Amino acid sequence: MFYIYCPHCGEHREEEEFHAKGQAHIARPADPDSCSDKEWGEYLYFRKNPRGLHHEMWVHAAGCRKFFNVTRDTVSYEIKEVYKIGERPSVVAAGN
Amino acid sequence: MSQKNRLASGGRIDRSKPLRFKYNGREYQGYQGDTLASALLANGVDVIGRSFKYSRPRGIVAAGAEEPNAVLQLGATEATQVPNVRATQQELFGGLVSSATNGWPNADMDLMSYVGKVGGRMMPPGFYYKTFMYPQSMWETYEKFIRKAAGLGRSPLENDPDTYDKINHHCDVMIVGAGPAGLAAALVAARSGARVILADEQNEFGGSLLHSREKINGRPAANWVAETVAELEKHPEVLLLPRSTVNGYHDHNFLTIHQRCTDHVADQAPKGQVRQRMHRVRANWVVLATGAHERPLVYGNNDVPGCMVASAVSTYINRYGVVPGNELVLMTTNDYAYQTALDWADAGRKVVAIVDTRQNPKGARIEEARKRGLNVITGSAVIEVQGSKRVSGVSVAPIDARGDKVTGSVQRLSCDTVASSGGWSPVIHLSCHTGSRPEWRDDIIGFVPGKTVQRQLTAGGINGTYSLRKVLEEGARTGAQAAESAGFADAAKGIALPLSEEVQEGPAMALFHIPHTKPTARAPKQFVDFQNDVTASGIELATREGFESIEHVKRYTAMGFGTDQGKLGNINGMAIAAKSLNQTIPQTGTTIFRPNYTPITFGAIAGRDCGELFDVKRYSAMHRWHVEHGALFEDVGNWKRPWYFPKAGESMQDALDRECKATRESVGILDASTLGKIDIQGKDAREFLARVYTNAWAKLGVGKCRYGLMCGEDGMVFDDGVTSCLAENHFLMTTTTGGAARVLEWLELYHQTEWPEMEVYFNTVTDQWATMTISGPNSRKLLAELTDIDLDGDSFKFMDWRQGKVAGVPARVFRISFTGELSYEINVQANYGLYVWEKLFEHGAKFNLTPYGTETMHVLRAEKGFIIAGQDTDGSVTPIDLGMSWCVSNNKPFSYIGKRGMAREDCNRPNRKQLVGLKAKDPKKVIPEGSQAVDDPKQPLPMKMLGHVTSSYYSANLGHSIAMGMIRDGHNRMGETVYYPQADGSVIEAEICSPIFLDPKGERQNV
Amino acid sequence: MQHYSGFGLLKHALSYHENWQRVWRNPTPKKKYDVIIVGGGGHGLATAYYLAKEHGITNVAVIEKGYLGGGNTARNTTIVRSNYLWDEAAHLYEHAMKLWEGLSQDLNYNVMFSQRGVLNLGHTLQDMRDIQRRVNANRLNGIDGEVLDTKGVQEIVPMMDCSANTRYPVLGASWQPRAGVARHDAVAWGFARAADSYGVDLIQQTEVVDMIIEDGAIVGVKTNRHGDIKADRVGCVVAGNSGVLANMAGFELPLESHPLQALVSEPIKPILDTVVMSNHVHGYVSQSDKGDLVIGAGIDGYNGYGQRGSYPTIEHTVAAIIELFPIFSRVRMNRQWGGIVDTCPDACPIISATPVENLFFNCGWGTGGFKATPGSGNVFAATLAKGEAHPLAKPFSMFRFYDGSLIDEHGAAGVAH
Repeated sequence: MFYIYCPHCGEHREEEEFHAKGQAHIARPADPDSCSDKEWGEYLYFRKNPRGLHHEMWVHAAGCRKFFNVTRDTVSYEIKEVYKIGERPSVVAAGN
Repeated sequence: MSQKNRLASGGRIDRSKPLRFKYNGREYQGYQGDTLASALLANGVDVIGRSFKYSRPRGIVAAGAEEPNAVLQLGATEATQVPNVRATQQELFGGLVSSATNGWPNADMDLMSYVGKVGGRMMPPGFYYKTFMYPQSMWETYEKFIRKAAGLGRSPLENDPDTYDKINHHCDVMIVGAGPAGLAAALVAARSGARVILADEQNEFGGSLLHSREKINGRPAANWVAETVAELEKHPEVLLLPRSTVNGYHDHNFLTIHQRCTDHVADQAPKGQVRQRMHRVRANWVVLATGAHERPLVYGNNDVPGCMVASAVSTYINRYGVVPGNELVLMTTNDYAYQTALDWADAGRKVVAIVDTRQNPKGARIEEARKRGLNVITGSAVIEVQGSKRVSGVSVAPIDARGDKVTGSVQRLSCDTVASSGGWSPVIHLSCHTGSRPEWRDDIIGFVPGKTVQRQLTAGGINGTYSLRKVLEEGARTGAQAAESAGFADAAKGIALPLSEEVQEGPAMALFHIPHTKPTARAPKQFVDFQNDVTASGIELATREGFESIEHVKRYTAMGFGTDQGKLGNINGMAIAAKSLNQTIPQTGTTIFRPNYTPITFGAIAGRDCGELFDVKRYSAMHRWHVEHGALFEDVGNWKRPWYFPKAGESMQDALDRECKATRESVGILDASTLGKIDIQGKDAREFLARVYTNAWAKLGVGKCRYGLMCGEDGMVFDDGVTSCLAENHFLMTTTTGGAARVLEWLELYHQTEWPEMEVYFNTVTDQWATMTISGPNSRKLLAELTDIDLDGDSFKFMDWRQGKVAGVPARVFRISFTGELSYEINVQANYGLYVWEKLFEHGAKFNLTPYGTETMHVLRAEKGFIIAGQDTDGSVTPIDLGMSWCVSNNKPFSYIGKRGMAREDCNRPNRKQLVGLKAKDPKKVIPEGSQAVDDPKQPLPMKMLGHVTSSYYSANLGHSIAMGMIRDGHNRMGETVYYPQADGSVIEAEICSPIFLDPKGERQNV
Repeated sequence: MQHYSGFGLLKHALSYHENWQRVWRNPTPKKKYDVIIVGGGGHGLATAYYLAKEHGITNVAVIEKGYLGGGNTARNTTIVRSNYLWDEAAHLYEHAMKLWEGLSQDLNYNVMFSQRGVLNLGHTLQDMRDIQRRVNANRLNGIDGEVLDTKGVQEIVPMMDCSANTRYPVLGASWQPRAGVARHDAVAWGFARAADSYGVDLIQQTEVVDMIIEDGAIVGVKTNRHGDIKADRVGCVVAGNSGVLANMAGFELPLESHPLQALVSEPIKPILDTVVMSNHVHGYVSQSDKGDLVIGAGIDGYNGYGQRGSYPTIEHTVAAIIELFPIFSRVRMNRQWGGIVDTCPDACPIISATPVENLFFNCGWGTGGFKATPGSGNVFAATLAKGEAHPLAKPFSMFRFYDGSLIDEHGAAGVAH
C-alpha cells in the first residue's frame, strides 16, 4: 500500500484515501471539433504505459478532493516526487 | 503412555501445570509452556500424518514455522475447527483437541500406504499431465478421486463464532524478530526515544536464545533476554508484540502483523475478546532480524519418523525438556550442529555417532565432542535410513570430498533418531515481498536479502551472521542506525554491547544432497519437500525432461507450494536442480517468496468488515418510517431504498398496481433523498454546466429547473438529472443515486485539470437534504395545506422551483416530474425530513396519500418513456440512440464534453441500436427484461440479435404491459414486429412503438 | 513426439523413469524465420502450435524473455468460460471453449480442463437484469447458460450463504455448466511441447530489446542474447509488456498495465466443486484439485509492472469471500501474488495489425486472458498466416479506438473475469 504525500494537505496519507487517475499531462484538445477521429481516439484511449518512470494523476478522494501529479517508478513503485496540476515534473526519464 | 521422552528437569515448561489434550481421539498430557509438537514428542507419538501422494508415515521434523509435516486439524467443536495448524507453533492448552489430517482409517495404520507403495513408482512428478486423458469424458471422474486424496485438513461447516480486529500504527522503527539481533536492535532504538514496534511469532521473546546454552555477560542467555524485555516494557514508546507474525512486507514500508491473541488459551476466544488481530504498520525504518532456518540434508528415506533437523532436536531438549528418542545419529556438514549431539548426550541418551561429511573437520565443538568420547565419523554420510514408522537404523558410507559419490563400503548403525544439518538458510522471506531479489553468498552457503528501495536494514542470521557475539553487535548497530535515520540523532549512545564468547568454528561444506550407492532414480526416495512429496529423483527427472528454469522445476514438481512454502526444502531443491543442470545455484535462479510468511486466518484479514459491516449502509432520514410501514428494500449503491410497500396479503404485483393507480388517480409519495445533490457556485458556474451537459444552460433563469444529460468524452451517456438555478451564480445539480460520487469527482477533474481559470465550486449536499416527491393530481391540494408557497399553476409553473415553508420548516420545492403527473419535490434539511414526511401523511390521509418505492417509480416513468441511466443505458448509448436529440445542443459555442465523441464514425453509422417502446402482442404478457429481440425466431443458432429489453412492466394504469428496449435502427422501424425467444422455448411477439405510452402531449404534469 | 498414456507411464516406471524424452528442445536460434512470436506465454505458444498445425508454417520461433508460461499464464486463477455479452466477444470466447473441449487429447497433454460450471452471482436488481440480458444473448449465440434464482444457486453451492441476512444477499446467478477451470501450467507446457514437435524453436531467457523496422515494415527483432533475428512477420503476445514493445515499434496502444492480485488458502478437503464469481462484492473463488481455495482479487487502480499490488485490495477480497462463505473465516490464506494485466478501455482484447507492416499484436486481454488461450492462439495464428485478421479477430482491431466501434464488455456487463 502506497504512502502518498498530498501536496494540498501537506501530509503523507495512506493510499486508501486516494484514487489513481491514469497518465498525467493529457490535455483536452483546444478545438475538439477540428480533431480527426484518429486524433480524438488518441486523446481518449492511447496511453504511454511505461515500465519505469511514469507521470500519473491521483486524486485525494477521501481527503481534500484535489487532483495532483505523481512521478512514480512502475516497477519499484517508488514515488519520486509529487507536484501540483499545472506544474512540470522535475524527475523525468532519460530521453523524455 | 506417559511422557516417556520428558526429562525430569530443565526447559522452559512449567511441570506444576499439567495440561490434558487429545490427539486422534486419545488423551495425552503435556505441560504449560509446551507446543502441541513438543507435547506429542514427549508422549512418544511418532506418526503425525501421512504424506499426500505416497501416504508415507510422517513425523515431526522441525520446531518452528518451517515444519512441513506436523500439520493438524484443531478444534473441539464444529464451529471452531481450524485446518492445517502447525503443531510446532501451536501452544498447548488444556482441552486442546487435534487430529491428523490424512490417513485412512488413521494416520498410524493407513491403508492408502499400500497404494502409495505399489503405485508410488507410477507417480513421478507431473504424472497427471501424462495420463487420465482418455477417453475425454473420463477426466472429471478421475478428478474426483484426485481431489479426495488431496487437501490436508477440512473447513469448518459452521460459521465462525469468533471476532477479529484490525489496528493501525505508525512507528519510527519496526523490528521483526525478537531473537538476539532483534532484541539488541530494539534496546538501542528504544533508548533513543524512537517509537519502536518489536514483533515475534513466538510466545516468548528470545528466539534462538530460548534453547541456547550460550552465555551473555557470563550468565545464561535467558537472563539477558529477561532483563532486556523488562527494560523494553518500561519504555513508553515501545510496543512489544509476542505471538505476532509479520506476515507481509509491502511497498513504502507497510507491514502487516498477525497477532494471535487467544489461540494459546482455547480454540474459541474467551467472551469479549478477539481471537486474532491484524496490525497494519507504517514504519519509517524497518529492521529485519528474522534469523535463519536450518537446512536438513537430503538422503534416502529421510522422511521416516525420527529424522529431524538438528537444531530442532536441541530445541526440544533445551526448551521443552523433551528428548525425542533414545539413540541418535547426527549427520552434519558444519560445526554448529555438533551442539545437538552434545545436548543429546547431556540429556543422558545415547549418541550412536556423529557423521561429518567433511574429510577433516576442526573446531571447538568438534574437539569437545571428541573429548567427551562421542563417535565422530568423518568424510562420511548417512546415505539411507531403515524403518517405516520410526527410524530403526542407518546406512553410513564414506563419500568423496565434493559429496558427489559414495567411495567405500556401507556400514549399518542401529538408532531411532537421525538429526541432520546442512547449514543455515537466512529467513529472507519478508525482504522478497517488495520485489527485491535475493543474492547468493558462497561463504555462508545461502541467499541473503538483495538490493531494496525500502527503508530497510537487516541484522543477524538473515545476513548469514551466526556467531552470537557478532549477531548481538550487528543488532545493536542496526538498531542505532535505524533510529538515527528516523531522526533520533544520538541513538548510537544507547549501545552497551552485551558480551558473549566467540566459539571457534571451522568452515562448513556446501552439501545438500547425499549421494547413494545407487543412482538417484533407483535409490530409496530422498525427500526434498516433505509436504508435497517432492524427491531428489523427481527434481532430476524434471530437469532431464527439459524443465530447466528453477520456476519450471518448482511448478512441475510442486516444490515449495505447500503451507510451509519450502522453508526447509527450497534451497536443497535448487541445489539439486543446479547440479543436475551442471551449473551453480545463482545461475539456476533465485527463490522468490510472496506473502504470507506463514498462513493467516481469513477472518483476521477481513477483521470486522464482514456480515452487516461488509459495506457501508446509507439510509435516508425517513428510513425508520419505511421500516415501520413494511417496506421491502432495494440496494442501490450503498443506499437501502424502499422497493415497494406491500400490505398484508398483497403480492408484489398487487402492491405495485395499487401504488401506481393511487399516484395517477390521487397522490403518491416517494422518498427521493438518495438522488445525488451537488451544490455549484461561482461566476462561471453556468458556463461550466454548459460544458458538462449536452444541452444549453445559458438562458436558464433564477427559479427555473432543467433536465440534462451527461456524456463522457466518447459521447456515451453516463448520468442525467435536473439542475436548478438557485441564484445567478448558484445551481443545484441532481444526479442518479449510484452516480453521485462519480459525477462530483468528474466535475472536479475537469475544473481542476482543464479549466482551472473558471471560478466555480462544487460541494456534495446529498446528505444535507431530505427529499420527498409528491406526485399525482391531488399533490397540489395536499401541499397547499402545508405550505406558504403560492402554488398557483400560472405563477409556480412546471420546471420552476420556489423557496418557502412546508409544515413550518424552511423548504425548497421543485415542480419537476419523473412520473408525468403534477409533482412537487420537497427538499428540507435532513433533520426535519421525517417530521415533514409524517406531516404530509397527517394531511394526506384524505387524499389516500400512498407511499411508493423504486419499483413503482420505474413503472410510472416507463409509462412516460423516461430513461433511467444505468438501466436503459449501458455506456454504449449516445443521446441520439436514446431518441433524445432534443437534449443535445449543437449551437453552444464551447465544444461540450461528449460532442466530439458523438461525431465519431461509428456513432453515426446506420443500423445502431436505438431505444424504442415495445408493446407485447399479448397485452397481459410482460416481456422479461433482458430478453433479446430477433427478426426471425426460427433462424438457426447463432441468431442475429437486434437488441435487448431494458425496462418492462405491467402497467395497471394502462391495463397492458409496456416495455422499452434497444432495437437496431429502431427509430425507423415503428410499427414493425420483433420476436423475443425465451429460455423455455416460447416466443414473445412485440410491436415497436414510441416509448411514451401515456399522455404523449405531457398535459398531466402541466396542470 | 513421445506419446503420453497410462501404459507409457507404467513402462517408464519399470525403468525408473530414466528414459523420458525432453518435452522440448533448447535450440540455438536460426538467422531467419517465417514468423517470430514474441512472448512464450500460453497465448504465444498456442499461436505457434496452430501456425504449425493448421497452417503448415513451422519455421517459427517463440522468443521468451523468461521461462515458458511464466507470466500471466502462471499467475491467473484458471477460470474458463464463454458467457460474454456482446456477440463479438461471445463468439471469440466460445471458439476458445470449443477448443478447450478436446485440448488434452489434441495436445496429448492433460490440461485438466474441468467443466465444473461457473456461477456469476447477482446481488442487486440491476445485476439480475444484466444477467438476464447476458444469458439470453448467450443462448441465442449458441452458448450454454441459464439464470438461477437464489434457491437454484443454493442447490449448486450448499456451503454459500444465500440467506437474506448478508449485506448484499444473493438474488440469483447466471450458470454456465460447460465453464470451469484448467491447469494453467499444463496449458503452456502442452502447447509448447506440441509446437516443439512440429519444429517450432522455443527460445527461452532471451529478451527482445528492439524491433528492426525498414520502410515502415518489420523485418526482425534485436535480442539481448542472440543478436538480430530476422522474420517475415512478427506477432507480439506479451500481455502486460505490450506497451513496452509497441513503444519500440514507435506507436502507442490503448492499454494500461495494472497489477492484478490473486491468493490461495491452505489446501483443504473438497468443499467447493464449482466456480463462484461475484462482481458486486468483488471476489471469485474455486477450489483446485490440490485443495487450495483459489481466489481472485480486483485490479489495482494504478499502473504497475511490479507483479504485486496493494494490501487493501487483498483485504477487500478476503472480506468478500467471507461475505459469501462465512464458514471459511477460520481457513487460512497461504500465499498471494500478482500479475501484470494489460487492460483495454472496453475490456476486450486487441488482435490486430498495427501501423507497422507485418507486425501484429495480440494483447489487451486484461483480467480475462487465460480462458481464451486456445482461441486466441488459433485466430492469431490464422491472422499471422494470412496477413489479415481472422473473421473472429476482425472486430478486435486496435483501430476501433479511432472510429469508436468499441465492444464495451466493461460498461455493459461489468462482469468480473
